[in-house]
Amino acid sequence: MKVLYSWLKEYVDIDIPAQELADKFFGAGFEVEELDYLGEGISKVVVGVVTAMEAYEGTHLQICTMDCGEYGKDIIILTGADNVFVGAHVPAALVGAILPGGFKIKERKMVEKMSYGMLCSGEELGIAGWYPGDEVNGILILPEDTKAGDDIVKVLGLDDYIFDISITANRPDCQCILGLAREVAAFLKKPLKEPCFDYTVTEVTNDQIKVYDEAYDLCPRFLGHYIYDVKHFEAPIWMRQRLNSCGMKSIDAIVDITNYVLLEIGQPMHAYDLATLKGSTVFPRRAKDGEKITTLDEKERELTSENLVICDAEEPIGLAGIMGGLDSEITEKTTDIVLEAAKFMRDNVRRSCRMLGVHTDAAGRFEKGVDEYSVECGMKRCLNLVESLGVAKISSTSFDCSGGASREEREIEVKMSRVNAVLGIDVPKDEMVSILESLNFKVSVNGDDMKIRIPRYREDVAHYQDIAEEIIREYGYDHIVPRFIESAKVTNGGLNKAQKRELDLKNLLCHRGMFEISSMAMYSPADLDMLRIPEDSEDRRFVQILNPITENLSIVRTILAPSMLNVLVNNIKLGHEAGRFFELAPVYRPKSLPVTEYVNEPLHLCLGIFGKGEDFYSMKAMIEAVADFYDLEFEYKKEEISYLHPGRSAAIYAGGKKIGHLGQLRYEIVNELPIAEGKKGDLKVFMAEIDYALLSECFKDGIHFTQLSDKAAASRDISLVVDKKTAVGDMIASVKGISKLAKEVSLFDIYESEKLGADKKSVTLSVKFATDDHDVTDEEADQARDKIIRKLSEQIGAVARV
Amino acid sequence: MADFNDLKQKLEQELSAVSDNESLSSFWQAYLGKTGAVSALMKEMKNIPADEKKEYGKQVNELRAHAQQLYDEKKCEIDALELQKRYEAEDIDVTIPSDVQTGNLHPITLIRQEMIDVFAGMGFEVLNTPEIEDDDTNFTLLNVLKDHPARDMQDTFYVSDNYVLRTHTTGGDIHVMKEKKPPIKALNPGRTFRSDSDATHSPMFSQMDILVVDKGINLCDLQGMLDEFVQQIFNKDVKTRLRPSYFPFTEPSVEVDVSCFNCGGKGCPLCKGTGWIEILGGGILNKVVLENCGIDPEEYSALAAGIGIERIAMLKYGIRNMGQLFENDLEFLKQFRA
Repeated sequence: MKVLYSWLKEYVDIDIPAQELADKFFGAGFEVEELDYLGEGISKVVVGVVTAMEAYEGTHLQICTMDCGEYGKDIIILTGADNVFVGAHVPAALVGAILPGGFKIKERKMVEKMSYGMLCSGEELGIAGWYPGDEVNGILILPEDTKAGDDIVKVLGLDDYIFDISITANRPDCQCILGLAREVAAFLKKPLKEPCFDYTVTEVTNDQIKVYDEAYDLCPRFLGHYIYDVKHFEAPIWMRQRLNSCGMKSIDAIVDITNYVLLEIGQPMHAYDLATLKGSTVFPRRAKDGEKITTLDEKERELTSENLVICDAEEPIGLAGIMGGLDSEITEKTTDIVLEAAKFMRDNVRRSCRMLGVHTDAAGRFEKGVDEYSVECGMKRCLNLVESLGVAKISSTSFDCSGGASREEREIEVKMSRVNAVLGIDVPKDEMVSILESLNFKVSVNGDDMKIRIPRYREDVAHYQDIAEEIIREYGYDHIVPRFIESAKVTNGGLNKAQKRELDLKNLLCHRGMFEISSMAMYSPADLDMLRIPEDSEDRRFVQILNPITENLSIVRTILAPSMLNVLVNNIKLGHEAGRFFELAPVYRPKSLPVTEYVNEPLHLCLGIFGKGEDFYSMKAMIEAVADFYDLEFEYKKEEISYLHPGRSAAIYAGGKKIGHLGQLRYEIVNELPIAEGKKGDLKVFMAEIDYALLSECFKDGIHFTQLSDKAAASRDISLVVDKKTAVGDMIASVKGISKLAKEVSLFDIYESEKLGADKKSVTLSVKFATDDHDVTDEEADQARDKIIRKLSEQIGAVARV
Repeated sequence: MADFNDLKQKLEQELSAVSDNESLSSFWQAYLGKTGAVSALMKEMKNIPADEKKEYGKQVNELRAHAQQLYDEKKCEIDALELQKRYEAEDIDVTIPSDVQTGNLHPITLIRQEMIDVFAGMGFEVLNTPEIEDDDTNFTLLNVLKDHPARDMQDTFYVSDNYVLRTHTTGGDIHVMKEKKPPIKALNPGRTFRSDSDATHSPMFSQMDILVVDKGINLCDLQGMLDEFVQQIFNKDVKTRLRPSYFPFTEPSVEVDVSCFNCGGKGCPLCKGTGWIEILGGGILNKVVLENCGIDPEEYSALAAGIGIERIAMLKYGIRNMGQLFENDLEFLKQFRA
């Protein structure tokens, strides 16, 4: 919200510099986002009076002799503009002057003559839009009462500041100059000088005019006032300048007044041309379903009964609080006007704006909330300005349609001790009362009890906590004494067991050389397509964002792999030769679609590896590390996984349940990756994804210590020649099944050679034989070994190698 | 009396020429072994007259002891020499890089954990609450009513009529207060989402909500708690400043600034010359919210604050572009270890 310093000063006797005022605003809860000096960048530009003028023969230039008061009485300045005349008062930028944009004025030769400065246009002074004659081509002609040598910054009212203040959503009453002036008066402890609301009505009436309200639920207050004999002229400079400074275009006096009231009082006003109102009637009602209206922006819009319209006797003429209709707009020919000031319910205006896709200043104002007090003030102030500027005559025909809301100030009871309990300090009683009174609250005190009457424009204040905030923001937050949650009981804190396990897992993977990533929880259906996720897969049952900012982030992820792949691709593109990454994050699995209940959000663990020397087993080592870390055993089975190499991938099982998979990314997917062709040739990407929530169901409930065995164990290496396709994992499982004594079975080595045959391999397993009830003898171990060899020979045709 | 001097000289001479275990072994065989010269002298004992036996035996034993000692010394010397040779042979280039890799946690996890640790010490438990949240919990129960302008403060991703990607972790406070009885000290860290994207905003980011519900909780408690927090996260010399703000779920609501840890409050580019850096918002929970969760505001009050985890990470590590936190460039990730 833009606020002119000088405008505020009209209502409060401000005796501090603008910057200090900005700090005070900040302290009271109004953040000043920008503070600009209007005359910024203008120096040594003064009022000059043209005392003589001579055409420079052979050129289009005029040689002007300028009286610039104390700066010189006969300064020669050449100009190409043709609107200058002897006696004209104009802005003269003297030698050494600076114009907005840092443009410096020097003496310079124009053709053969020296010019000692420059006469300025409005555009050159950065004021185009509100000052008469500020068009680009001509020199700005100043009023005759300006004095030669006076600083142009002061003359043009540029010796002023503009505050851009952000107003929090609870303070719609401060969306105007008057509201902020009230705050300034309170924190400076100065009286507020309210704008003038007086006006006189003539005896002229118009009985034809009918104003009423058919939708009090959406429009609880609707005021209409008839004015006539409307004159059309430009609004005075001071008004135009204020509107312009606050970002509003000046149109003509009557329109400018309505805009001025919006800025000053915060009340959107609307002016209807009476001649266009059929039946001289104006009233709000709910639109009919399917009803159409053409708004000021020349768009036809179809409405529903959720939209509020303003109608004349025949049809809708405007979207209430949002935009007027094309036909009832004020024109230069308008002579009779019905002025409207209303309170439209903010939620309805909001909904209508969203639904119809429109947004206007007035709607923005209504959406924030207009109170009934402002409706009254706005109308009065508007009439005051209409009268005082001589824009029109004010009839005594007026209407006040009210839904019956009380016009009394609300009263609440608040204990001082309760306020202090919220703040944690003791604000002196007198201070409390004085602060509330400075904010126009009326307080009567009885011991600890306060009866507080709340100003009608403060619809945000409801209970003791609101009062506590009013008090502390004026009393000052520096009065709060930091105490280290002294009031609270001692409690036990920290991560729970599951949270610790998650952190431990992350640390484990880091120690194994993996980098944790943090990726977006959203991606696109195309990311699932890329991984060939089948149409009927659960992974395709995703939650969709109804209003995504981009298609790339339009669904909430069901698996982590696409996010991981994106990170791998990014790193390859960045030129990294290798990388190992993991992410432990939730995926989102809806129970119902569309979502009507909470979504399952199980944690998944995803790993991604690429780079020279990496293979399937680098990834498997990570997965095995996870199993080992939790003292679990995973099983690996070859299963089809849509995006993984059929020969180099496996499903991972824990406790009989499939918990995930790992493997090498399919080559055809690598080929589609958005990376340089040259990098694709040898690129091998390994990925794994585990449903951590499922895995965590297998976790042991704690450490179970068993006494160390004092019985001797014996080890044997068993070398077997088997078919190349034989899975070592199956062999190990078989060995454990064959001999109860085989406590630990590990792979010693795998050996292939021409001698063995192309379809054979030799596998050496190390087997540790042990039991709790006796020492394992060499004889026993040998027998067990022989049994294993015999059985494996029967089962898979293994041949012992010596 | 036998004279062993010749033998003694001979063996001394021979031993001095020994330089490796092999010749030392030969020496042993020649003199001290079963068939060696010294042992042979012992065998001669039976031929020595009885009265000379004692003296002879003594002489042989002395010679034997002498030879043994010389042998032991030589053995030591050679062992040391052999070891030395082995060490020389096994000399390697210790500057060849090893193939060891360690990774590290993501900076968001690091900061998040650092923040949790600070509050865990104060007795806060850590909760996981839904990221896809219902409208009531994310908004209405937090006093952000439908079609209220406060909803504009947060650009919301909707996934259905009644469910949203949570716009803040404050909804988690609702879950906590509905499920637990005071006293409550709870942290709600997690992902949050808003349809916003620029250098300091990302459509996904993370927050940590801090909630204390107990008897007599007030603004002084809030500031005291936050002072402790910023001092542990930044340094012990910083302090907080409260200034009025607005959140529908707190009243009074405050923005919390921390005195600039970079310049000590004198003013620098980081704090844009103000000496203060905005780090979080909070306040005393609005009694309406307590009532919505079935907690009696006549008995209990609560403080709540919400911290942007990325913001703290960016401030603490000097990261300028929030997007980097989600790009996961290895060069970026590698830097967060200490």
